[in-house]
Amino acid sequence: MSSTMIAIYVFTLACFVGYHVIWGVTPALHTPLMAVTNAISAILVVGAILVAGSAEASHSIWIQVLGFCAVLLASINIFGGFVVTNRILAMFKKKS
Amino acid sequence: MNLSPDLFDLAYLAATILFIFGLKGLSHPKTALRGNQFSMAGMMLAIVVTLLHPSVKNYGIVFGGLAAGAVIGIPLALKIQMTAMPQLVAALHSFVGLAAVLVAGGTYLTHVQQGHLDAVLLVELIIGSAIGAVTFTGSLVAFGKLQAILGSAPLVFRGQHLLNAALIAAIVGLSALFVREHSVLLFATVTGVALLLGFLLVLPIGGSDMPVVVSMLNSYSGWAASATGFTLGNQLLIATGALVGSSGAILSYIMCKAMNRSLLNVILGGFGTTAESAAADGIAKACRSASTEDAAFMFENASSLIVVPGYGMAVAQAQHAVKELYEQLHSRGVEVKFAIHPVAGRMPGHMNVLLAESEIPYDVVLELDDVNAEFARADAVLVIGANDVVNPAARTNKSSPLYGMPILDAYKSKMVYVIKRSMNPGYSGVENELFYLDNCSLIFGDAKKVCEGLVNCLKSA
Repeated sequence: MSSTMIAIYVFTLACFVGYHVIWGVTPALHTPLMAVTNAISAILVVGAILVAGSAEASHSIWIQVLGFCAVLLASINIFGGFVVTNRILAMFKKKS
Repeated sequence: MNLSPDLFDLAYLAATILFIFGLKGLSHPKTALRGNQFSMAGMMLAIVVTLLHPSVKNYGIVFGGLAAGAVIGIPLALKIQMTAMPQLVAALHSFVGLAAVLVAGGTYLTHVQQGHLDAVLLVELIIGSAIGAVTFTGSLVAFGKLQAILGSAPLVFRGQHLLNAALIAAIVGLSALFVREHSVLLFATVTGVALLLGFLLVLPIGGSDMPVVVSMLNSYSGWAASATGFTLGNQLLIATGALVGSSGAILSYIMCKAMNRSLLNVILGGFGTTAESAAADGIAKACRSASTEDAAFMFENASSLIVVPGYGMAVAQAQHAVKELYEQLHSRGVEVKFAIHPVAGRMPGHMNVLLAESEIPYDVVLELDDVNAEFARADAVLVIGANDVVNPAARTNKSSPLYGMPILDAYKSKMVYVIKRSMNPGYSGVENELFYLDNCSLIFGDAKKVCEGLVNCLKSA
């Protein structure tokens, strides 16, 4: 199997996992769901780090700029997204 | 560090599993916080492992970016008002979109330097950049509308759909050209056209369709991450992006279903601009208005009350006043419940968050299917700043644009009180037949002030 085919397999199966997991989310928590998926989609940071930290970046100011901005944006999302999700979820409690 | 490549992939697999458990935690408020910790652990693992990757040589830029992101992101998340959550989410979506464009661009440039570029990679790169670009500008427009920088009215003009179709065709054509004879210029052109498309796709969508738009952009941000994973051959990004993508897609579906409209109908936009005014029939209909004293008296003597909050509660920041009202009535033995329509507010779950913020226990906050049968038995209903979601025309009037939309059956209750700022029709522009029913009274005023007024009446009674 070519690496592209493996990638397509992973993608397709992950969509099915996502489908089943997300239908289980209670509607009351749909806002934190969006906030946390937002943070999780910033997994792009992995790609951003690979660009910004690559050996090629040392030879090109463009790659450095693109890489830095990508890491920065993804990182805002990660920290912002997880912190705000935490804040929201902490508010959901039963009456004491 | 010299780790076997398999070890990296194993760690990435672990991170993926942590994300899945994180999302699974959201199936109940009790497990949700722990779920979030799983997700955070997954992200931390992914970042640490990537930093150890042998191809990462320059740490300065990477750590600089990560640190700056923390410095910006954490205070933002701590300070943001809960009523502004939809804007924040839209803004964060735009960041993911832009990051995807930048990563695609950066990956392209590194591969140009290395000299290995094949057709598959070029296809993946350009798809990643285009999805990212649409997500970026689409989210910016959504942010602008939610923050009221842009008007929330749908912006429609002739030939709009034709123009969008032409732009999509241009993206496909230019992408094919890019794959054949790649150049930075072509990459930038495709990305530029996609940026324009993102703007145009969201502009025609009106304010109250925002729950669908925000969910859709959530979905796009996931697909953008997946596409980036394809370009990097990174299964973690592919799988995680797919999780997020399907999440957003399901939310969009739920929102559309709650409005009885197709996704296509929402995307094509302009809802509400064509709806003719139902009041033009000439028959002047009368509605009755009530004072806060009357309403407070009725609520106090009711044994059960159902509150239906809507966007008006969010606009007036009335959630804390509502909590006080809840406490007052609850302490007098009135059974108070909250009924949430899926599209109430500007994003999925918007009302639940505001009520949770004001510390109303989540077990008295019910979803449409769970609460609808109870309206007929309720002594009174209080509608706070909601309109279309309680319009009985959706059930009874076949000519209404709302016909077929699932609604909260507030009209079946013995008494309905509606807090409204004015007699203006709701977002859809459709007259609300509820207001003219014999069992319905309107309390005119700002949601927060009226709720505070009700509380004062109860306290002095």
